[in-house]
Amino acid sequence: MLTVNNIAEKLGLKVVVQGDLSEIVSGCYISDLLSDVMAHSEDHELWITLQTHPNIVAVAVIKGISAIILTNERNPEPATIRKAEAEKVTIMVSPHATFELAGRLYSMIKDSRPPQAGPS
Amino acid sequence: MMPRSRPLEGSFHLMGGDFTNAGSASSELKAILVNFGVAQNIVRRAAIAAFEAEMNVIIHAVAGTLHYLITTEVLTITVTDMGPGIEDVNLAMQKGYSTAPDWVREMGWGAGMGLPNISKHSDSLKLDTVVGEGTTLEILFHLKERNVDS
Repeated sequence: MLTVNNIAEKLGLKVVVQGDLSEIVSGCYISDLLSDVMAHSEDHELWITLQTHPNIVAVAVIKGISAIILTNERNPEPATIRKAEAEKVTIMVSPHATFELAGRLYSMIKDSRPPQAGPS
Repeated sequence: MMPRSRPLEGSFHLMGGDFTNAGSASSELKAILVNFGVAQNIVRRAAIAAFEAEMNVIIHAVAGTLHYLITTEVLTITVTDMGPGIEDVNLAMQKGYSTAPDWVREMGWGAGMGLPNISKHSDSLKLDTVVGEGTTLEILFHLKERNVDS
């Protein structure tokens, strides 16, 4: 199983706030609508977003998100950093656009999953 | 952890416009539910519903309270606000309908998913609203059957 640390290293993500980097990653959800993330993300997923305000930390905590990734080199607001530090939520920044990052992540996560039992 | 048998209740104050602390009542409630021994799957659904209800107060109202009552049978989350009230409840329950201002939408809220999310993730939702006075949501989760299921 992949960890946040594996992904940060392989994809060259800048860790802005370090929570638990040994946290496992089961998948990824991409959305800038917070209620959509609330409704559809799963435990231990990464969350890619362009939102940088403090509420992303609250959503990550409530949903058990493994780490937040901001794309296009967007940096979290200072208040977001403070909140993430207090809640121990990892926030990472990618220089790539969401499409590019998602493509790389998709292959990584797919390759890391154990093959399904039985004929496919 | 063994489920507790004594009912537990409490409440949180919510301040309208306080986006900085948004979600803290729901996070605390989530921890309380875990401590009480509520099944993980119900904790997850309750946390989503509580957070959406908390956001509605922060976005639309002047102030409000989030009250919880946990027994071995049910969890009841009651969110009462001093807000504008809802003019058309049927519209408000529709996915995609929102009266949130643009700047709230830019934050990724106000997508018209709040009440539908609460309804979808709870076992029952009662909504009582008076325009110009405020809104009360009573959100219910059955704890017994789910515990037996899991």
